[in-house]
Amino acid sequence: MIPDAGTTRTDVEPLAQAPPPAIQRGQVERLLRAWKTPTGWRYWSAVNNSEVGLWYTTATFIFLLFAGVLALLMRVQLAAPNNDFLSAELYNQAFTVHGSAMMFLFAIPVFEAIAVMFLPQMLGARDLPFPRLSAFGFWAFLIGGIFLSGSIFFDAAPRGGWFMYPPLTSTYQSGIGPDIWLLGFSFIEIAAIAAAVEMIVGTLQCRPPGMRVNLMPLYAWYILVASAMILFAFPPLIAGSLLLEVERAFHWPFFDPNGGGDPLLWQHLFWLFGHPEVYIIFLPSVALIAMIVPTFTRIPIVGYTWVVLAAIGTGFISFGLWVHHMYTTGLPGVSLGLFSAASEAVAIPTGVQIFCFLATIAAGRVTRSVPMLYAFGALVIFVLGGLTGVMVAIVPFDFQAHDTFFVVGHFHYVLIGGALFPIFAGAYYFFPLINGKGLSERLGRIGFWIAFAGFNIAFLPMHLTGLRGMPRRVFTYPDDLGLNALNLISTIGAFILAGGIAVIFWDLFRPKGRQPYSPRNPWKAGTLEWLAEMPGKPWGVRSIPEIDSRYPLWDQPNFERDVDEGRFYLPDAEEEQRETIVTSPLDARPEYCLRLPGPSFIPLVAAVTTGGFFVFGTFYQWTLAVISLVLALCVIVYWLWTGTAIVPEKPEKNVGLGLTLPLYASGIRSVSWWAMCITMLALFSAFMSLIFGYFFFWTRHEDFPPDPSPGPGQFWPLLAGALLLAAWGSTLVARNRNRADAAGGYYASLAAAIVLAAGGALALLAGPYFTQLDPTTHVYPATVWLLASWNGLLIGVGIIMYLYCIARRAAGRMTATYDIDIANVTLYWHFCMLMAAITIGVIAGFPLVA
Amino acid sequence: MNANSFSSAEARDPTLWVLTISPIVWAVHFLLSYGTAAVWCAKYAGPAGSLWTVRVAILVYTAVALAAIGLTGSYGYAAHRRGAAGLPHDDDTPEDRRRFMGFATFLLSSLSAVAVIYAALVPLFVETCQ
Repeated sequence: MIPDAGTTRTDVEPLAQAPPPAIQRGQVERLLRAWKTPTGWRYWSAVNNSEVGLWYTTATFIFLLFAGVLALLMRVQLAAPNNDFLSAELYNQAFTVHGSAMMFLFAIPVFEAIAVMFLPQMLGARDLPFPRLSAFGFWAFLIGGIFLSGSIFFDAAPRGGWFMYPPLTSTYQSGIGPDIWLLGFSFIEIAAIAAAVEMIVGTLQCRPPGMRVNLMPLYAWYILVASAMILFAFPPLIAGSLLLEVERAFHWPFFDPNGGGDPLLWQHLFWLFGHPEVYIIFLPSVALIAMIVPTFTRIPIVGYTWVVLAAIGTGFISFGLWVHHMYTTGLPGVSLGLFSAASEAVAIPTGVQIFCFLATIAAGRVTRSVPMLYAFGALVIFVLGGLTGVMVAIVPFDFQAHDTFFVVGHFHYVLIGGALFPIFAGAYYFFPLINGKGLSERLGRIGFWIAFAGFNIAFLPMHLTGLRGMPRRVFTYPDDLGLNALNLISTIGAFILAGGIAVIFWDLFRPKGRQPYSPRNPWKAGTLEWLAEMPGKPWGVRSIPEIDSRYPLWDQPNFERDVDEGRFYLPDAEEEQRETIVTSPLDARPEYCLRLPGPSFIPLVAAVTTGGFFVFGTFYQWTLAVISLVLALCVIVYWLWTGTAIVPEKPEKNVGLGLTLPLYASGIRSVSWWAMCITMLALFSAFMSLIFGYFFFWTRHEDFPPDPSPGPGQFWPLLAGALLLAAWGSTLVARNRNRADAAGGYYASLAAAIVLAAGGALALLAGPYFTQLDPTTHVYPATVWLLASWNGLLIGVGIIMYLYCIARRAAGRMTATYDIDIANVTLYWHFCMLMAAITIGVIAGFPLVA
Repeated sequence: MNANSFSSAEARDPTLWVLTISPIVWAVHFLLSYGTAAVWCAKYAGPAGSLWTVRVAILVYTAVALAAIGLTGSYGYAAHRRGAAGLPHDDDTPEDRRRFMGFATFLLSSLSAVAVIYAALVPLFVETCQ
């Protein structure tokens, strides 16, 4: 590296002298008190990332076992022709719950769980910016997961396959199975979006000072991309689930051709989620390999920027693949061609990162180790799955292989190679960070070889089974199709794989009481998470370091000592509060000191009450569901009121090394502003999925919108538009009046905004109401009603936010300077206004031009 | 010293969004091509109709998209080559961070260009809505 002439180094060096031992002891005591993990039954109120991450990961592993057992039951059923071990009915439930649980209860949440656990440490942060949100996400996930998994024990599980195509899941299934799926997973998807908010803000704003974007650990890049993908991938599914649930519960015919609906819309919305989701699973898993490979080759990753290219490029292109799950639905050839082209293009970035790993391995000296063994296994399996993926991306081949066991073989190679093996590699690599003790090298190797062999014995023959014509999701097959031996081999392989996984699980969960603690940084890695002491302390990092390198533990002299002796930032917790440093997104310049909340049962109570809405809704107990929702609202308001946007006791504090930082920030510098922005982006993409539905129906029907249009007309929507525009303007005035400390103007403009917004919402609903559109008769009125109601609901939430802001200022919890609440509510209204404008343009304007 | 006394080279630099320009151009090109074909075949031409209008439209989209990607990519390349420092752009300076961002922008532009060309190949071979 040749540094430039005129390079501007803004480096801050650690303290030249360590603080005297007595001061260090005092600092450590205060930090330990601030970050103390609650004990006894209060342990479950912990919100620290190390606790929540551990519960989260453990829960996902238990769901993995549960879904794995279902797979074994299916393999027993398929071991021989005409078998009756499982009934067709139970088999249908088994494959649906297996697929759904593996995807929604293992593969996605495990990435969030691992990231919650380790991302703060990789970023040298004390914790992620919203610890209680992480805890809420975990509890929501656990409740939703138990609800869905438990249903199979009551013979009530969904039976439509993990992608839940209507009409199989609408007209043909009257039980509550599909409702459990739709509502249970919507709840879990909300948890995933919460996690995405946490990860994006954490990666961009909670890096240690000096960790510029070109020095970020690759794991953080991958997590950033995967989290951003969640914002655009999950909302279409939430929108689709909303449509399907409304059709099932209230008979609005979105997918029912008798009412002008179209089941293909579900497939579009589902796969708009479903395909990116594969990469949402894959990227964070391969990210683990990107951390492991440099450690064991002892050199920095080769092609850092290329790996970043791979992560971002895959993130984008994976959104152009969804129709390759729908090649056989009769779309025009040109559409299929476009999606086939994108499906081939995504192989480029996917391959690039694998070549970077191989180049790093070739350039360095590889140390033999269990994590590398799993990483190699993962690459081999994933590449094979990728190759069959390129095959099924080609339309004519897919026509042959569609819905056969070939596809089952293909995606198990992709997911087990692309997710499960990397996660096992990560488990062996990171385990010392969890309780200070390593896993057994011997058991790791035994488990690997059994699982690797079993996996290939189970899934390689499936390609052939499929090419010979065996469709997926049939509970049995006749004797004379030449499938008997292949199926038996797959079943034997599945049990061998299960044996390997059992060994690995034994190693993970076996008691380790007598085992000595692992040495610190046992693998001699270069990244920040390995600063952890063995066993770890609850504070994340003793003092928040200044970063000069991609591998600070390798490159920065005396780094561990300087961190340990508190020679960097925030070595103390003078006020005994939990704190971390918020930095700027590009160069990680310190911006302010963020106070983090401590242990609390509120996230758990919020998850239980929110979950109540979904659980009662499943059983069509709408009164109880609404009561639960109101309770959830009260809990969330209490949470916000007591735990967020707290006015600090002093404007700024000294964080060490001569740096003084503010203790509060609002607007674009605040982590909460970004959290609101990201949440609203997710809501906006759900909304755009509904708009997509409107135009989808337009392309599918001659008479959508009907001519002459029966409603909602132009008058009411335009009136709504004018009122909402005025409400939005009042919101801006309120924000500015608050900044000018003009309380009277602030209250008056918010009161006006409430009246205007309520009027706007009512006018929007008045359109379809007064033109007597009946949503149960046809998909057109149903779509108009849905769009109007969506906006009505968001405006209703916006009105609650207005009331909250009035109360906050009145109670002295918000001032002219400390104005996070109204700043964030204004941002919320920007999005509301945008959605309302689009809605009005579509429902009032489009019938005129169509 | 307080937070504001840090040099704010960052404030004048393009943000991380610059990385996403070319992939967003790819996405817009992709959606426009797909949308044009879908609407044309569903509303105007019918299942066996000619695709000529769509082919011309996609050609125009492609030219515009490649121009936009080309501009972004050349900006990225110039940023990557500025100064004397070479890869891997892992120096702890705003200059190297800019070079890294430039190089990543260039790579993403190259990938986006390939993906746009892949998509543009489709209407070369498909002549009808079938």
